[in-house]
Amino acid sequence: MADILAKDGKHLLLGNEAITRGLFEAGVRYSSTYPGTPSSEVGNILEKEAEKGGMYFEFSTNEKTALEVAAAAAASGVRSFTFMKHVGLNVAADPMMTLAYSGVKGGMLIMTADDPSCHSSQNEQDNRTYATLSLLPMVEPSTPAEAKDMISEAYRISEAVNLPVIFRTTTRVNHARGPVDFGPFADTPAKGHFVKDDPKYVNIPAYSKPNRTRLLEKQKKAMELSEESPLNFIEGEGDVGIITSGVSYTYVKEFVSDVSILKLGFTAPLPEKKIADFMRNKKAVIVVEELEPYLEDTVLRISAQEKLNVPVYGKRSGHFPREWEYSPDTLTAISDIVKVQKFEKPLSKADITLPGRPPTLCAGCPHRGTFAAVTREMKGKEAVYCSDIGCYTLGIQAPFHAADFIICMGGGAGAAGGFSEVTDQTPIAFIGDSTFFHSGIQPLVSALFNNHKIKMIIMDNRSTAMTGHQPNPGTGRDFGGIATEPLDIESLVKGIGVKFVSTVDPYDVKATRKVVREAIDFDGVAVVIAKRACPLELKKQKMLKVKRCEVDHDKCIKCYTCLKTIACPALIKDKDGSILVDDVQCIGCGMCANVCPKGALEVKE
Amino acid sequence: MKYSVQIVGVGGQGVLLASMVIGNAAMKAGYDVAMSEVHGMAQRGGSVLSTVRFGDNVTSPLEAVGGANLLMGFEPAETARSLGLCNKDTAVLMNLDPVLPSSVAAGFDTYPEIDDIVKAVRAVVPKLITIRATDLAVEAGKAVAANAVMIGAVAAAKGFPLEKELLLDTLLETVPGKFVDLNRKAFELGHDYYIKNMS
Repeated sequence: MADILAKDGKHLLLGNEAITRGLFEAGVRYSSTYPGTPSSEVGNILEKEAEKGGMYFEFSTNEKTALEVAAAAAASGVRSFTFMKHVGLNVAADPMMTLAYSGVKGGMLIMTADDPSCHSSQNEQDNRTYATLSLLPMVEPSTPAEAKDMISEAYRISEAVNLPVIFRTTTRVNHARGPVDFGPFADTPAKGHFVKDDPKYVNIPAYSKPNRTRLLEKQKKAMELSEESPLNFIEGEGDVGIITSGVSYTYVKEFVSDVSILKLGFTAPLPEKKIADFMRNKKAVIVVEELEPYLEDTVLRISAQEKLNVPVYGKRSGHFPREWEYSPDTLTAISDIVKVQKFEKPLSKADITLPGRPPTLCAGCPHRGTFAAVTREMKGKEAVYCSDIGCYTLGIQAPFHAADFIICMGGGAGAAGGFSEVTDQTPIAFIGDSTFFHSGIQPLVSALFNNHKIKMIIMDNRSTAMTGHQPNPGTGRDFGGIATEPLDIESLVKGIGVKFVSTVDPYDVKATRKVVREAIDFDGVAVVIAKRACPLELKKQKMLKVKRCEVDHDKCIKCYTCLKTIACPALIKDKDGSILVDDVQCIGCGMCANVCPKGALEVKE
Repeated sequence: MKYSVQIVGVGGQGVLLASMVIGNAAMKAGYDVAMSEVHGMAQRGGSVLSTVRFGDNVTSPLEAVGGANLLMGFEPAETARSLGLCNKDTAVLMNLDPVLPSSVAAGFDTYPEIDDIVKAVRAVVPKLITIRATDLAVEAGKAVAANAVMIGAVAAAKGFPLEKELLLDTLLETVPGKFVDLNRKAFELGHDYYIKNMS
């Protein structure tokens, strides 16, 4: 990976690396996040580099807190940056909506990394809608190089109108890679001072009313900036115009010819005069954007207000879909209106049946033991598995099928309470350690408060694993010159008053199962903490002690309990039906040995 | 000139490293470069796809379906799955070392015979070139250099616009110092193999 703090040069950067570089060049001194793909790499780089670059960085417990700490930094005059995945902004929307009323002193950006096509998300919501809802300005880059430069420009906008600016990206910007020229770092203050100003920062009704009016005035000023902004520009010539933004612009620019393009980077407020002027005298206007017709509906409204007699094509006309990300061939839909490059005919499929390759829980993943224990114990009984967001979402797969209801971070624990009231089924909430701190504590408190007899299984693998092994309150932090103690989940759960709390080692499947049985039989809220570090994380830290697992073929009766129960990818069923261990993958965790009824599997040092 | 490489495989096979080497070499050659990577699930044994586009006036990080000039298949089943990225003129290089999905290893699903995969792919791609990258890497000194074998091989692909030396230098700058000799050897073995097997 390129040295993100290098003085100069041209580097081939991932969008998220370019964004991180942009933060240093813009003199950002405070940053915060809760990890979420496709934004996660920014945090992983800042964990290592922020201190060296003179920036404070933290993983907050959730996006709401991340936005709040960054808001305080900006209110004190320090340039701040908070970032999250699109659904994370739902969590942070509450503070954002009223922070818009207060405004900021130092520049502040809120990055939302949207995920069209749901590459690694539970939905594909279009967060540009949040700019409409909050009245905050918004910018959208198209490429890594533009993303880096746009960071500095967005801070200028933020400080010109004293509002946080939404920096909206999509997967194909965050995870695109392209050449980026490094520029100098801006010199900004790392320390600020909060100046008491109740009418601005204390949004009681008496103050929020004038703040609402002031926000609308700021929005007018932001629109003037948008009209003049270098981020909104016209290129090319033709009687048909294309209005586009984000990664869609790269497809239009490269594959459509003989058109005039209005490329929008400052997308809230939209430059309405510029759009109207662009549309005048055009034979037709096409709007190319992914997901919701955000630009298109405004273009149609401007067209109606200005009485422009120009046909507008896009999603409303049925040319483009609303769902999924676009690619160059999506443009074929407008080839009857403009000149689109002819694309090659793809080859037909190979005539062969191939096995699927979904992502799966790793060899030696402790979640396997937990799922094995719980699902075995619940066999023949009716459970509702309320799962959550993390690696353990993969528990949906065979042989566990341990996910019946998943909506959002912390959502399983909340839903379990509802199931406990309206059904006679046993609601079991699976939740990871990081997700527990993110939003699992409140529903647990609520379950106690309302006597929902939920069973919560906290799958504590000592890491925020799915997004790339970030630390969380349960691990403590040790980076950027700050070291804190790990927060003990068991004490916390006992402290809020849960009467049944037990910590188990999921590698000991039998013992885990016994405790799960007690938890289920317990008449009240019960919490089982399955604690065992993620082997991938241990491997990264060079702390994984690999043992060997051997099969005694004389003892093995080929019952396949190991495969049916743990289904570890390191276990292989050979052509003659015998069980083999893949030494490359096996870490010697012993879960398969633990469930083997004949003692045919043995872990050796 | 515009050139698109699609690289497919399984997490851990070095797909991202190969795309970085080609992308960096293209940048050094003075071309525009636009790439796209699928992250996130790679570490959990899922399929991986990386796109490298370079040339004049290249801005789009994605290639159109069927638009690849070259498909680098690090794994047979993944290669067979990805033929829709290719057209009749696409050069296809397929590594013959399988990575079994866990469902197959556990006996819940089956993985076709390699010969059957080759036959099925060749029926669609007559000019298919197959390679045993791991065997050649072992010959070079270590199995982990299989991706260097693959990069060396594509350097010999017909119409591949980047100079062999540039690609090799970029590869050697990318790998850790102690693996330079291993990677150089693996690269050369892959390169020679491709030339010998070109139809």
